[in-house]
This record gives sequence, C-alpha cells and structure tokens, in this order.
Amino acid sequence: MAIGKLGAPPVVGRPPDALLSRPTWTEGLLSWLTTVDHKRLGILYIVTSLGFTAIASVEAFLIRLQLASPNNTLLSPDVYNQMFTMHGVTMVFLAIMPLAIGFANYFVPLQIGARDLAFPRLNAFGYWVYLVGGVFLYTSFLLGGAPDVGWFAYAPLTSLSNNPGLGTDFYMIGLFVGGIGTLATAMNLIVTIINMRAPGMRIMRMPVFTWMILVTSFLIIFAFPPLTVALFQVMMDRTFDTLFYVPAAGALPILWQHLFWIFGHPEVYIIALPAFGVISEVIPTFSRKPLFGYPVVILSGIFIGFMGFAVWTHHMFTTGLGPVVNTAFAITSFVIGIPTGIKVFNWLATIWGGKVWFSTAMLYAVAFLITFTVGGITGIMLAVPPFDAQAQDSYFVVAHFHFVMGGGALLAFFAGLYYWFPKMTGKLMSERIGKLSFWLLVPGFWVIFFPQHFLGLMGMPRRTQTYVEGIGLEFWNLVSTAGTFIMGAGLVLLLVNIVHGLLRGAPAGNDPWDARTLEWSTTSPPPYYDFDRQPVVNDRDAHWVQKYPESVHGERVPASASEPYDRGGAHMPGQSWYPLIAALSLLPFSYGWLYDNMWLVGVSMLILIVATYAWALEGVGGKHIHVGGHDEAHRAPDEGVDA
Amino acid sequence: MTTERAVHVPGGVAVSSPVATQGTYKSTTLPDIKLMMWVFLASDCMFFGTLIGTYLVYKGRSLVGPYPVDVLDIPLTTVSTFVLLMSSFLMVLALHSLRQDDTFKFRLWTFGVAFFGSIFLGFQIYEFIHFVDLGLTLQGNLFGTTFYVLTGTHGVHVAIGILWLLSILVHSFVKPWTSKDDVYLEVAGLYWHFVDVVWIVIFTVVYLVEFV
Repeated sequence: MAIGKLGAPPVVGRPPDALLSRPTWTEGLLSWLTTVDHKRLGILYIVTSLGFTAIASVEAFLIRLQLASPNNTLLSPDVYNQMFTMHGVTMVFLAIMPLAIGFANYFVPLQIGARDLAFPRLNAFGYWVYLVGGVFLYTSFLLGGAPDVGWFAYAPLTSLSNNPGLGTDFYMIGLFVGGIGTLATAMNLIVTIINMRAPGMRIMRMPVFTWMILVTSFLIIFAFPPLTVALFQVMMDRTFDTLFYVPAAGALPILWQHLFWIFGHPEVYIIALPAFGVISEVIPTFSRKPLFGYPVVILSGIFIGFMGFAVWTHHMFTTGLGPVVNTAFAITSFVIGIPTGIKVFNWLATIWGGKVWFSTAMLYAVAFLITFTVGGITGIMLAVPPFDAQAQDSYFVVAHFHFVMGGGALLAFFAGLYYWFPKMTGKLMSERIGKLSFWLLVPGFWVIFFPQHFLGLMGMPRRTQTYVEGIGLEFWNLVSTAGTFIMGAGLVLLLVNIVHGLLRGAPAGNDPWDARTLEWSTTSPPPYYDFDRQPVVNDRDAHWVQKYPESVHGERVPASASEPYDRGGAHMPGQSWYPLIAALSLLPFSYGWLYDNMWLVGVSMLILIVATYAWALEGVGGKHIHVGGHDEAHRAPDEGVDA
Repeated sequence: MTTERAVHVPGGVAVSSPVATQGTYKSTTLPDIKLMMWVFLASDCMFFGTLIGTYLVYKGRSLVGPYPVDVLDIPLTTVSTFVLLMSSFLMVLALHSLRQDDTFKFRLWTFGVAFFGSIFLGFQIYEFIHFVDLGLTLQGNLFGTTFYVLTGTHGVHVAIGILWLLSILVHSFVKPWTSKDDVYLEVAGLYWHFVDVVWIVIFTVVYLVEFV
C-alpha cells in the first residue's frame, strides 16, 4: 500500500498537557496494529472476512462430501453438527457481515467526502474486537469441540444439562464479545454519515451505498441488543445456574426463539441492504445511466429496515403461536417483499436503454439480480404458513436462504470487490481470470443449491448427517455435491485473481470505470488523508457531474451561497495503541468466563478500564494536512479537554 | 475519541475547535460525541427493553416463593427513587454552573450527582442483601433470576455513571474545565438522565404494578 509514504513522520514531542504520547509509525507491522485509518481498517476487515469465508467454504465442502452418498461415514454425527453450526455462524457473523462493514469502512468516508470516520480509534476497536471474537470462536476446535447447536442455538438445547461441553459457551461468549465491536462500528458509521458529509452532500444526494449503510447501522444498533441480552441470559444459566431457560422452573424456552429472531430477521437485512447498496453503485456505473428512481430506491431501503423488525415470527410458524399471529406475520412478510421487488425493478430500469458494459463486476451484479429474485420468490412461498408447515426445517429452506444470503449478498459483494479493487490497490484485476471465475462460481452455485429445492420438497430434513438409500434422495444430493467442485474452482480462481491483481495488475488510474461517486475523484489508492481539499457537492453522482457538467438535467443547487470557512486541508487523527489493547483484553475475559475463572475476568476488566482511561487521556497527536498533501504536527490545544 | 467540538459560525454550518479548525466541516450543528451518545442511548433502550420484556414475560410464572409482594418494600424504594431523581436535578445544576463558568458550583453539583447516585446504589445493595435474607436468590425462582439481572444491570449502569462523573471531577482539578467544555459534561448528563428514566420504568413495572 502506498498509504503512509506521503510526508515524513512528524516530529511530535510529548504535548505539554497529554499524559501519554501517540505512536507515529507510518509503515510496517506496528503501523497496522496502531492504525486508525478507515482505509487500512477497511482492508483488514475485507481480508479477514475473506479468510473466514474460505474457512466456512471448507466446512461447507465437508458437509457436501458427507452428503454425496447415502449412509456415508466421512463425518461422524458429532463432527457434522459442529460443521454445519460453524459454517452458519462463520458465514453470518464472521464473513458476510464484516465484509459489508469492511466496504462501509473504506468507502463511506470517501463517498461523502470525509477525512475518516467520526471516531477513528473506536473504529479500530471495532475491528480488533471482531478479530478477537472470531479467533476465540475458532479456538473451540482445539479446546474440546466447536459449537454444535446450530447457528440459532435454540434453548433448552443449550442448557448445561443438555449440552455440558464447552462448545455452547464458545458460541455464547464469542457472539457476545463480537457483538460489542459490531455495535461500536455501527454507531460510529451513523455519526459519520449524519455529521461528516462534505458541503452540499445533502441527505438526498448521498450515494445509495452510503444510504444503505446508514439504514443497516440503525438496524444493527436496534437488533444486536436483544441478541446480546439473550446470549447473556443463556450464559447466566450456564455459569450461575439462573433459570432463564429452565422449563422445570416455569421458564419458557420459546423466549429464546423470539429474542433470537427479533435479532435474526433484521440480521438478514443487515446483510442484504449493504448488498443492495453495492448493486445500486455497480449497475448505474456499468449501464452509464443514473440510478432509475433514486428516491424510491432509498425509501424502499428505509421501509425494508422498518419492516425488518416486524416479520420475525415467520421463522416460528410451526411453534404453535396460533392462526392470528401466523396470519399477521404472514401479511407483514408479504409486505416486505414489495419494497424489495421495487428495488429489483429499479435496477432493471437502470439497465434498460443503457450502454451496458459487461465487466466482471457487472456480470456479478446481473447474477445477483437473477439469483436474489429466485431466493425472494421462495421467500414469499415460505411466508405462507401452510406451505411453511410442510417445508420448515427441510432442504427447501436451506436452498432459500442460500439463494438470498449466498447468491444474493455474497455475489453482490463480489461485484463490489471487482468494482472497488482498483480503487483500493491502484491495480486492475484480470478480466479474463475474473470472467472464467464468474462462469464457474455462479453456475456452480446454482448446481449446488437449486436441486436442494427438490430435495426439500421430497422431504429431506436439514441438519441430518446422512440419509438411507432407496428414498429418491441420492441423485440430487450427488448433483449438489458435484456443484461444490465447480463453485470451489471459481472461488479459488477469485483468490488467484486477487493475488494476481496485487502482483501483476495493470495500473488502474483514478477512475477506471468512468464511475459516478466521489471515491473515484481521488487517487487510487487514496492518500491517507483522502482529500486534501474537501469536495463541494452540487448534485447526486457528484463525480459524474464534475466530469460531465453538461449532462446534468434539472436545476442545480449550489452547495452554499458563500463558504464561511477555509476548505483547504484536513485534520488527521493520531494513531493509538489503546483500541488494540482494549480489544485484546476481551480475549482473556472470554476465556476467564469460559472456564469460570473469575480472577481472569477481573484482571481483564481491569486492563480494559485502564486502557479506556489511557484512551481518553492520551494526547491529541495527528497532523494537519495542507492542500497539496504536506503535513504539520498538531500542537496541543490551548484550551478544552482532550476527550 | 474525537478531539473536536463544534462551534457555530454564521451560515448555519459548524467547524471544529480547538484543534486545527480548518477544513473539518460538519454537516449538522450537533457535536459528534453528543450525537454518538444519542445513538448509544437508542441502542441501550433496546437493551433494557429486552431485559424488561423478559421480566414481564416471566411475571407471575415463578413456581415457588418468595413472590414480589413478599419482599418488595415500596416506601424504602420510593426513598431511593427520590434520591436518584434529585441526582438528575443536580446534574442540570452542574451543567448550568459549568456554562456560567462557576467552577466551584460545577464541582459541587457534579460531586452531588455522584454522591446521590452512590446513595441509590447503597440502597440497592442493602435491598439485595435483605432480599437474599428473605430467601430470594438468583437461582431460587424466576422472579429472583429476572429481578436481579434486570436491576443489577441497571445498577451497573449507575456505577459506571458515578465513575464517569467522579473522573470528570478529578480531571477538573488536573485541568480546569470552562464553559467551552460543556458538551463533555452534557454527554455524561444525557447518560445519567437516561439511566434515571430507565429506573422510573423499572420502579413502575417491577415495584408499583405489584401493588395495584
């Protein structure tokens, strides 16, 4: 990365009023450990989440190998349970969602013309907590077995008497800790998007990706607390023998299902809305047309966000809540299909009549449209309670959510990866390898998951380690497993293409796609200060308008009659050790809780508190960037509190 | 976190101060940390909402005693609730005094908030010990489980608030606070008022409703 090579490290003495000084490394490992740069953290998020995607893919591959033939004994039932649980947990919490947060980290500040997120150190904290949570979860394989209760871990299966191993504790504590980082980052993104937009970047001029990240962040801050409380309740049951989910004491284990799905359904949109955002960037760029119906796409996204909290019991149609509840939630589940459908038609109308450039990114976007729509249609089928009663917990459901989460969200993020890779690295990925990879990955996906609809309707239950021969399940299971080889080859080629692009990629230039939003107006990769002169925004598609002012229709509203401040330069935050230290303190905390070692928990909390105070009291640090990129160390303020 | 605080300039936009004022444009007039606190509190609403919801779902489902009417002491908790409410009043006075640059009163009222909060916590600790004596334990019945976890979580919030306010108090002796620092106290105040409001809900739902 070229980040950090600009300008010599500033000579910052210890500011007179600071208790601690800040690190100033610009290159090497230490600079990455102490970084608060949203672009570096974005890259860390993306690389880490792709790593977890690879691990989860291996788990999925093992699952499919086990199911390739009847009465197979490749994986024991116990290992099989661990595999499907960890595959689900990894894909949802450690792969797809952090991939979205990684793109948000990197591109939201660039799209709104900001220098960084509002709270750069908190942003670093969020990443390290995510890493700590993920590493903690995966050490379960070495310490007595991974979680094996499914990704939604229904009570009372998770009680100590039903599940005495440590696996369930790993699940509860790992997600509890990881959720803290996700919450912190979501709050940070909300403040950033509301408060740090460039002059003229009014709310209805924001790029759609930024808009969807705003909605997603609100979903996160409202959806994660119920999960956090539910995880805490189960851990209280397991650690301190409380009675939250003990039926013998009068408790209602179904409360877990409610709390989990009050989180779990918004989580589906936490994953889907950023994907919609990416698609809304890629399709207009490669169709060379503005997004059709921008306000409608935005309002649909907001509506989906609201409705996402009103559909959770459709995961619980078969639990006996009664016809009134089932009908009400069937209706809300149908309603949420409407804004989603509106978006699909808006994307189609954007492509219609455009000069379409089928780059690899655009191919993935089109594949997303088709695959996601199929997943949406099976979703409407499952929202019909009588049908759901038949298909519940069958492979039909497995096929449905892989079409929306894998074929929908993941394909959209691959589109985003091809679209933004040149901006992040300054190099182009190979279109040849990219298209080859695409034509393996997407058809492979369909070969794996489309037959699973048939398997589900034939009655094959999910989460079952094997099946007997002679009941008609052999053929489609074998086809599905064969598909994993095709899709797997596509995934490997995708990784090859990333490495190839980094090592051998052709220089990208600032704007290889002739794109529309502000991130393309700076260099590739952007300097660490993003913009030395903050852009002024006069319209939607701000960069396009800068390039082709004659193409703008309608009235142009100037950013502001007079700029009452000097736009030149930017204040850049200083690096810090404390986000890393605070996040790492959660690792011994987690193990202490896991092994009921309250001394370790206490010591970890003490480290966390000390790190928090040091965080609050460390000096200002950072630099001031002048127009042109030269910098100047900050002096300590003459007044005010360094919070 | 951020080192900036917004100051208003003509034209409705705000630039940051005190560090490097140039170029750090803000699209609203709300300081970052204040907005952050509002967002955090919105999230915390769901956190307490889930705990209170769990309490309500399990209300009346305990199979063995002691039941709420056996242990809850309305007069006692009314006193501690009143003390907590008054601490919010002192919080307002503390912020007002800081904005008037009245350092002595700012410190006095800030200490008062922390002190009243500590009295509330003292009441809660007494209550917990007393309830355990009466046989209500974390593991005994569903009322005990949900009551201790809900009120205990609230107590932890109060304790963090006290620690925060005392830290502000100590810091104000290390480096004097002026009316320009008011946003930092205001944010602590927002948190404090929120924790207070949550207690009003808990007091109503857990204590008062039992005796209607």
